[in-house]
Amino acid sequence: MSELRFTEDHEWLRAEADGSVTVGITAFAQDALGDVVFVQLPELQSYDKGAEAATVESVKAASGVYMPLDGKVVETNPALDANPELVNEEPLGQGWFFRFIPSNPDAVGQLLTQDAYDRLIKANAEA
Amino acid sequence: MTTELLKTPLNALHRELGAKMVEFAGYDMPVQYPAGVMKEHLHTRDQAGLFDVSHMGQILLSGANAAKALETLVPVDIIDLPVGMQRYAMFTNENGGILDDLMVANLGNNQLMLVVNAACKNEDLAHLKQHIGGQCEIKPLFDERALLALQGPHAVTALARLAPEVAKMTFMQYTSTKIDGIDCFVSRSGYTGEDGYEISVPADQAQSLARRLLAEPEVAPIGLGARDSLRLEAGLCLYGHDMDADTTPIEANLLWAISKVRRADGARAGGFPGADKIFAQHQSGAARKRVGLLPQERTPVREGAEIVDADGTTIGIVCSGGFGPTLSAPLAMGYVNASFTALETPVWAIVRGKKVPMQVTKTPFVPPRYFRG
Repeated sequence: MSELRFTEDHEWLRAEADGSVTVGITAFAQDALGDVVFVQLPELQSYDKGAEAATVESVKAASGVYMPLDGKVVETNPALDANPELVNEEPLGQGWFFRFIPSNPDAVGQLLTQDAYDRLIKANAEA
Repeated sequence: MTTELLKTPLNALHRELGAKMVEFAGYDMPVQYPAGVMKEHLHTRDQAGLFDVSHMGQILLSGANAAKALETLVPVDIIDLPVGMQRYAMFTNENGGILDDLMVANLGNNQLMLVVNAACKNEDLAHLKQHIGGQCEIKPLFDERALLALQGPHAVTALARLAPEVAKMTFMQYTSTKIDGIDCFVSRSGYTGEDGYEISVPADQAQSLARRLLAEPEVAPIGLGARDSLRLEAGLCLYGHDMDADTTPIEANLLWAISKVRRADGARAGGFPGADKIFAQHQSGAARKRVGLLPQERTPVREGAEIVDADGTTIGIVCSGGFGPTLSAPLAMGYVNASFTALETPVWAIVRGKKVPMQVTKTPFVPPRYFRG
């Protein structure tokens, strides 16, 4: 299953074949942040859902990236150290942040679908 | 509760250009255009950027005693400011603190044009009226005039196509001229460290002039985001962040802006609010000072970050910080205790609970390119 899931904090998640879940921020999020100049990636350790796992620094401000579910971070994107702009250029591709093993693998499927996320963005824009 | 934001005469143009708008000093202002802060910053250093700074306050002082009167509020030589020249100044309070910083231009005919910060302009106006209202005429032009800044190495090329005489101006010169048929006041100055101009234009003709300038091939619209990163690279202070009513010009490292003639040993020494305190501090040395700071990692260090020494003892605070697109690295300014102000002193900022090493450094971070003729 490679379909994306989303959080209300504008992160995307993709379940990988090996049981890990890849996390990044959405196109909407990177556009709102502006030019990304630095990403502080998480440690390879367990985080609770909602914990600030990573920080994105744009030219304008620092923003937290929150752990979408309970789980253990097993890999971070080494390309972001030298090329943080990948977050802007390919938010859903090479701009991914980290991979983690969720404590409850079924929890991923309970997050927002693409449709639900698109509706959230639209509602935010109209608010 | 929402309060209605003020709008500059270019508000509709910003929206038409696709700007992201934010509140700044009570105004609805463009923080960036679709190009984004990074590209806008680099475009300004490479070619020319057009900034709407109409939120700033323009105030006209008139009368034979205007210069003498203004000198009672600023530690700067205004009486001998030549006609057609502009000078940097600050209003001080009785404690020697800075109420605002401003530009003062001598228009001739006993007229001085002041440009003050947007967030302070009403207080500044009240301050002027209270202290020198009886000595000269004080006319706020807040709604009457807009202010555009055209900054960058090609600003001269673009503006001289419309008004050839501006090419002859040098840094800090000030003149009244027609641009594309519009009566403007033009200074060769700015807030980016680049060569460039600031153009005071009647509010009802501002949009027409901005469109005319944007039609020049070198010129792109630039938002407040890049204005901030440009001024930070140039080591220029932002009022309310890098200085305030509790900060003296000595602490802010702005001694250069106190005219020699107004200093303790000058011909017109003192005579401005807080002069004794400022002179005493100049003599004995300030306990803290503003310095440039270069983080030694890629982590931007931002306003409010605590500065500590090797032992973790607090020795200061960051007043401005971020990422410098031209420097291609993070940069900051901060106040540190006097014993840590020497160049290359290692200090640390606390960012998200971790110590980020920094080095005290000279400012500007990027060499200025003012046109001095």
